[in-house]
Amino acid sequence: MVESRPVKWLLRIASSAVLAFLYLPLIVVAIYAFNSSRLQAWPPADLTLHWFEEALNNPAVTRAVVNSLLAGSFATGVALVLGTLAAIAVHRYSFFGRQTISFLLVLPIALPGVVTGVALQRTFITVGIDFGLLTVVIGHATFCVVVVYNNVIARLRRLPRSPEEASADLGGDMWTTFRRVTGPRLGTALMSGGLLSFALSFDEIIVTLFTSGPGTQTIPMFIFAAIQRPNELPVVNVLAFVLILVSIIPVWLATRISGAETAGARL
Amino acid sequence: MTATSIHATHDERPPRSLPRRLAIWLFPRRRLQLGLLLATPLGWLVLVYLGSLFVLLLSAFWEKDTFTGNVEPFAWSLAAFESLINGEVYRTVAIRTIGIAALVTVTDALLAFPIAYYMARVASPRVRNALVIAVLMPLWAAYLVKVYAWRTILQGNGLLEWVLEPFGLGQPWQGLKELANTWLVLSYLWLPYMILPLYAGLERIPASLLEASADLGGRARTTFRRVILPLVFPALVAGSIFTFSLTLGDYITPDLVSDAKFIGNVIYDNSSLGSPPLAAAYSLVPITIMVVYLAVARRLGAFESL
Repeated sequence: MVESRPVKWLLRIASSAVLAFLYLPLIVVAIYAFNSSRLQAWPPADLTLHWFEEALNNPAVTRAVVNSLLAGSFATGVALVLGTLAAIAVHRYSFFGRQTISFLLVLPIALPGVVTGVALQRTFITVGIDFGLLTVVIGHATFCVVVVYNNVIARLRRLPRSPEEASADLGGDMWTTFRRVTGPRLGTALMSGGLLSFALSFDEIIVTLFTSGPGTQTIPMFIFAAIQRPNELPVVNVLAFVLILVSIIPVWLATRISGAETAGARL
Repeated sequence: MTATSIHATHDERPPRSLPRRLAIWLFPRRRLQLGLLLATPLGWLVLVYLGSLFVLLLSAFWEKDTFTGNVEPFAWSLAAFESLINGEVYRTVAIRTIGIAALVTVTDALLAFPIAYYMARVASPRVRNALVIAVLMPLWAAYLVKVYAWRTILQGNGLLEWVLEPFGLGQPWQGLKELANTWLVLSYLWLPYMILPLYAGLERIPASLLEASADLGGRARTTFRRVILPLVFPALVAGSIFTFSLTLGDYITPDLVSDAKFIGNVIYDNSSLGSPPLAAAYSLVPITIMVVYLAVARRLGAFESL
């Protein structure tokens, strides 16, 4: 079916409208970052750069950034190891219950976030683990594993087995083959998986509110708390502006690493 | 490598390192290799995740000490289920949440279809790549930033009121009290999660099928209804898993843009200060819905479209 001209134009108009809808809120909040008034009213009367300075000198913001970076790095580290091991096991071996493993891995993101959060919280309380960075990392790693797993197994499926067989024929043992043949060929898959997992952790709030302790406010937690205090809205606006700019990085990197398709692997 | 050097290594074999000896010993033992590979990831998921879900399930039957407010583990009681069944409000909240989840799913499907179709079948490769990136960017923008952006638009003195005011429509709008806000913002948030699977699904349909339909006398509408829709249906279901599950699991958005509570809010509010057994019992509602949803989606072939 070749679409008729009117149909094409309708599709074009509808697509533009959807794109406008997707970007409108981001543009509005980015403009508010320069709003000179403490009060939030549209349109902003005057523009200023003052709030950027204020946000930069806010110790709570700095602490939240550090916490988010720490949680993201540790969770991604755990996810990289667990996700890669699981992907190799599922791809290279056939065993009873192989399908169940993929299902088990997706479960933490397929089930509603509030369920994962409340389940972890109740368990930490019952077992007696103090809430802090460790509990945040445990929660994040649990749903980050699947992201790494998906990236690595997709790569393994595309790779031919012959280089590994050649390595074995030439006397390479399991470690050597992994270190010098399989590992390097997984490189970009691990990078995009790690990137996605870090971004997921950096952005997470639904589970984090359940699993964090008093000293471990992350960036989303800081924003959530500050939104409800009118006095701190200018700082929230600046953070929002910076975070929108930062979100270009993973998209750009992901498209550079392996084409636009993989960036959608956040799904 | 020359023949002499092969002989040389054969004669003066260097002492084998421990990792290498281990590798050689492991080589014929496939089961053990598999066990070692799976032990950590599986152990983590079963112990941490399934274990937590199990504790949550148990805790729905625990007793809450009315005097201290503490939960008494392993003191069994059905009190949480009794309050759930008797509480009119829990039924209302559940119906509201599921209703909005369904509405968000339908809205996103309707909004996503034209752009996904345009990307997959009309746009030139260059425009297509640009559009994929244009859809991905808002997906990657921080969740809370997007909710907060809508809050600034919807609140009193916001952009919406500024647009409506000249038409005399500013008054009936209740600002951050409307339930419709939650529907609007959740539809916005999950829209890219619907566009991308739909786009992938539409792109997979071979053009020859559409030509065949036209050759056999199928008009555009018939081709759409009888060829495109059935083929893209699994992708639609795949997208709906996200829109549905993410709505069921959200409590931040309903809290920030409206004052109508969702299942997630009841769970969150009761999780530590209120009645944790009630939170646990109530979370069986979204769990059950999603397990059934995933099972149906799997039968419809949606998992291949993820």
